[in-house]
Amino acid sequence: MSIITNINKAFDHRIRLGIMSILMVNEYADFKMLKELLEATDGNLASHTKALEKAEYIKVEKQFIGRKPNTRYSTTNLGRAEFKKHISALEKLINKQ
Amino acid sequence: MESKDYLKDISEIKNMMNKSSRFISLSGLSGILAGIYALIGAAIAYWLVTTSVRGYLILDGAIFRICLFILLMVAFLSIVTGIILTTKKAKKHGAKIWDATSKRLVYNFLIPMVAGGLYIIIILSQGKYGHTGGLMLIFYGLALVNASKYSIGDIQYLGLIQIALGLIAALFPGYGFWLWVLGFGVMHIVYGTWMHFKYDVNK
Repeated sequence: MSIITNINKAFDHRIRLGIMSILMVNEYADFKMLKELLEATDGNLASHTKALEKAEYIKVEKQFIGRKPNTRYSTTNLGRAEFKKHISALEKLINKQ
Repeated sequence: MESKDYLKDISEIKNMMNKSSRFISLSGLSGILAGIYALIGAAIAYWLVTTSVRGYLILDGAIFRICLFILLMVAFLSIVTGIILTTKKAKKHGAKIWDATSKRLVYNFLIPMVAGGLYIIIILSQGKYGHTGGLMLIFYGLALVNASKYSIGDIQYLGLIQIALGLIAALFPGYGFWLWVLGFGVMHIVYGTWMHFKYDVNK
């Protein structure tokens, strides 16, 4: 049962899993890049980034590139640690069977 | 929750990590063609030099300028072929050709290439040309190793081989031409064939 507790509910969705995966290997990613890679709609993606932001797993920076507003995301230390835990819990669950 | 779902999660994580950080649409076929261009170019240059009056290459002759032109043509054709075939492959995969990953790949590839290119031009203008073949191999190898982090990881091995050949060329400058043929010609064909069968054929 102890392994199950490491499965993090916050990552238990394809889009959130995707956001975290992308941000683990990239210094940062902007909204457009996430949207294209995950093939998600604006609203869908926004609600998932918000959830991850609320959990303090990702950081959001709003800035302007020229006159265009640009939102970019990066992981927090907490987010990285939790995501690693989540992955190893997944691996253990798979190996068990 | 089934274990099958977890397996899907893991493969989704892997997929996203690769897709977002590596440009993997490089075409193996373009490597083979680049190798063939290099061999043809080298054969023409070899024929020109050995049938010339002197029988060897000097820096300020017409033949040297022709050789330089051949070299530029080989590089130009290789780049154009690479871009065309890679675009085709990316389209087939539904991937974008000019996105964050390919930009990062080109940027990191170009740093050693441009530095090496300028270095070679500078020493050529100073009349030192004995090590050109080796230097080209070394800087190209470094560019490949650097780029491999942002593309198919296997490119790294081709880079390491080119660096090794370049260092051998530094030890034996007399064989610089043949090592260049081996590195830019033969190795490209061998490697391109391997990549073609590993990544292109089965998919």
